[in-house]
Amino acid sequence: MIEALHDVRIPGGIQAQAVYHLWLILLAVCTVVFVGVMAALALALRRAPRAGHDTPPAVEWLERSEPAIARAVRIGVALSTVLLLGLLGASVYTSWALARLPLANALHIELTAHQWWWEARYDDPEPSRLFVGANELHIPVGRPVLLTLRASDVIHSFWVPSLVGKKDLIPGRDATVMFRADRSGVYRGQCAEFCGYQHAKMALFVIADEPQSWQRWADRQRAPAPAPRTTQEARGRELFERGTCAMCHAVDGTLAGGRQAPDLTHVASRMTLAAGALPNDAAARAAWIVDPQAFKPGAHMPATALSPQDAGAIAAFLESLQ
Amino acid sequence: MSTGAGTHMGAPLHRGDARRRQKKSLHRAAERHAMILDGAGWDSVAAHALERTWQDEPGVLGFLRTNDHKRLGRRFVATAFLFFVAAGILAAVMRAQLAVPDNHVVGPDLYDQLFTMHGTTMMFIFAVPVMQGMALYLVPLMVGTRNTAFPRMSACAYWLYLLGSITLYGGFALNAGADAGWFAYVPLAGPQYGVGKRSDIWNNLINFTEAMGLMVAVDITTVILKMRAPGMSLRRMPLFVWASLVTSVMIIFAMPAVMLAANLVQFDRTFGTHFFNPAEGGDALLWQHLFWFFGHPEVYFIFIPALGFVSTIIPTFARRPMFGHDAVVLSLIATGFLAFGLWVHHMFATNLPELGKSFFTAMSFMIAIPTAVQIFCWIATLWAGRLNLRVPLLFVLGFFFIFMIGGLSGIMVGSVPFDLQVHDTYFVVAHLHYVLLGGAVFPLFAALYYWFPKMTGRMLGERLGRWQFWLFFIGFNVAFFPMHVLGLEGMPRRMYTYGAETGWGPLNLLASVGAAIIAVSVLVFVINVVRTRRGGEPASADPWGASTLEWATGSPPPPYNFVALPVVTSREPLWAPRPPGTPTHVSGLSAEDREGLVTTVLDAAPDVRYSYPEPTIWPFIAAWGVLVWLLWSSLSTAGMFWGLIPPAIAFIGWYWPSKEETDRQLVLQRRP
Repeated sequence: MIEALHDVRIPGGIQAQAVYHLWLILLAVCTVVFVGVMAALALALRRAPRAGHDTPPAVEWLERSEPAIARAVRIGVALSTVLLLGLLGASVYTSWALARLPLANALHIELTAHQWWWEARYDDPEPSRLFVGANELHIPVGRPVLLTLRASDVIHSFWVPSLVGKKDLIPGRDATVMFRADRSGVYRGQCAEFCGYQHAKMALFVIADEPQSWQRWADRQRAPAPAPRTTQEARGRELFERGTCAMCHAVDGTLAGGRQAPDLTHVASRMTLAAGALPNDAAARAAWIVDPQAFKPGAHMPATALSPQDAGAIAAFLESLQ
Repeated sequence: MSTGAGTHMGAPLHRGDARRRQKKSLHRAAERHAMILDGAGWDSVAAHALERTWQDEPGVLGFLRTNDHKRLGRRFVATAFLFFVAAGILAAVMRAQLAVPDNHVVGPDLYDQLFTMHGTTMMFIFAVPVMQGMALYLVPLMVGTRNTAFPRMSACAYWLYLLGSITLYGGFALNAGADAGWFAYVPLAGPQYGVGKRSDIWNNLINFTEAMGLMVAVDITTVILKMRAPGMSLRRMPLFVWASLVTSVMIIFAMPAVMLAANLVQFDRTFGTHFFNPAEGGDALLWQHLFWFFGHPEVYFIFIPALGFVSTIIPTFARRPMFGHDAVVLSLIATGFLAFGLWVHHMFATNLPELGKSFFTAMSFMIAIPTAVQIFCWIATLWAGRLNLRVPLLFVLGFFFIFMIGGLSGIMVGSVPFDLQVHDTYFVVAHLHYVLLGGAVFPLFAALYYWFPKMTGRMLGERLGRWQFWLFFIGFNVAFFPMHVLGLEGMPRRMYTYGAETGWGPLNLLASVGAAIIAVSVLVFVINVVRTRRGGEPASADPWGASTLEWATGSPPPPYNFVALPVVTSREPLWAPRPPGTPTHVSGLSAEDREGLVTTVLDAAPDVRYSYPEPTIWPFIAAWGVLVWLLWSSLSTAGMFWGLIPPAIAFIGWYWPSKEETDRQLVLQRRP
């Protein structure tokens, strides 16, 4: 479906980069410790003579001290303590670095998690320039992003491995997370806190574009739905407005104003359908609106009894929502 | 205190002895005069009398009434092992589903139940009961007494555990298996999103298992502190007993938190309270604090007994006392304290203050230090020992390798920024299996091979044991090591499926192959147990040449454990020569009564005599009463009230004083 980056070890931004460096330090120190302890164990096994269950036990060691071994153990414990203190320093330093991301000129987005999709509200000082998207975050490369995180039902968790670590979205407790993409590309994120049946199909794609193309994209998103160009699109729009679709979905510029489900004003411009469950093409859209449960069982969108002509009309209308 | 002449130690006598004998029930009248143990050692008359006093009656009634710690301990271990196999089968289905992308072995509804049941089973009805069962079996033998302090309570705990677990699996069979994950976060498990009876049954399972855990923990703590053999001062106490003491005290402090939390959720669900509902001033995050305040120490309830196994097995097979015994004891205690300061590291992704999180990072790193002390002491013991490389030691060596990886990945996830990248991913799945399977199940298998001869009188097969070890060791690493990489590649846990475009397919397939190898290894163990039970090599009283007191009696031990209670003069009672002139055993206890000795906490000096309770059916009935109450209350609000009647009747029956008992207690009272 969509090739997107999702690997802690391939950072696309400064936050993930800092954690990646911390991971390299942790991995190096832990590997050295592991090899050292295993070598000591192997030496002990090689060195110690073999015995049977009837070998007389060396009870004299109850009374006598073993200074050489005691010194080795003390050195081992002291070394472990020093290494742990070093790692603690590295960890705290990284936390501090992450918290110091400069936020001047940050893009503010309010991200709300629902079972099982994401709603993104792009903030703007001028209220008429606000716009809403779903299951995707478009961000300009090099500009910091400040997300306000909310949950509308259960606990979810925001995570884009190649950009930034997790932050939970907890009902009743707003949180924020900040990050920056330094390389353009498509990054895959995913709900990371188990949130019910379709936790597995709750992807979030972050598309980092050059600032100019991001601006063009944002301007397109602010536009309402275009007027229908064909009779089929007009029929589809009428069905959409008068049928059950409009009870949950909104399409700006039409009568549909539901707020329970993703805003579809620009649905055809998105990469996937239903938070990464399906590719966003005409066939998938037509199949999805008739029977969503076949692709995402448990999703809150019910099956709709539609004649093939009506389904085709609605699909054509959705196709026009670029 | 000692009245013996050189070879035995007299128990404190009461003036009531004569009167007590007069109060004996009639069928014992014939032996009225003979049966005060006189220190003659393995005296067949005394053994015969003890046998008659302590023997459970045969048949079903005896099975249900028994309060023999050995039967109860074996029952706990065997039952827990059955649930281990059940949870393993659930895991195998999950691995089949995840073996290839976009698979359809199970759907999301069943998958959610599978991982919830797997986690709940492993944490609540396998790991804690199996460790408590081992302690229940071993601790009274290791400290040299005849039974636990409150054996009826432990009997009741077993029945609660069994009935609660069957209820959980009954719910699963009826499509009401819990499905909100083993830590059951609200609101997903709350009234609004956790529909049906699934979460109600889970909450009540928590009541069953935590009541079980607390009852056994109180029993074990009391035995350890008050019933050690005379002379077994705290400094001479075996390391496994120390581990059991630390674990039991931790259980007493930690388990009430989750019981409280589960019942608050149940109030939300049943009565419509709003403890966790943010819309009415509740807080969804409160659950996580209450749960993990228990949940993190719980990891150590499982891990600390395993440390005790390792510290017991290594000296036996290295043919020398433990190096750094005192350091190991202090490490166990330090681990027990530090374990209570870690719970927030399960919650780093929530919006808690950053400075507070750094504190929990520091604590998470600090707990590695006592563990490091123990690892170095074990290696030192092996280094300076002579090795008897049998299967128990093999499992301990496997534990070193796997547990080191789990411990080091634990340090990694203790760091806040790195944890935020791998929290709730397969990296954590790998870490927790390395810690719990490597840190607890490998030592548990070592312990089963080590104590199986004591428990059953037969040695488990060595050849099959080696096969099992290597299959388990290889299968484990093949199954779980790739999961570290999957987590770094961005795979969250608890996904019922994933798309091919994610690239997670090949490593998942490898992990599934490893899981199959683990299944074969467990099958080899089951075959080994069945073959050994049918006709394995009979075990002597002390087949490994070990040093602790459980090896001083028969394999399996008689119902009364020891003909005469031992007197301890050393940390390694079966190894160290006894100073001349010290008593070898206690005398002056009745063989006609279930009599034992209570000793002082620090020095284990003889204090008072104690009558162990007789077996009774009431613990069994009480457990059924509690089952009626909890099941009924999860089905209707009325059950919360009316359902209290059956357990009330059962507990009144349990404590109803009998005339015979009262008379006996009266004559046993110490007089000035």
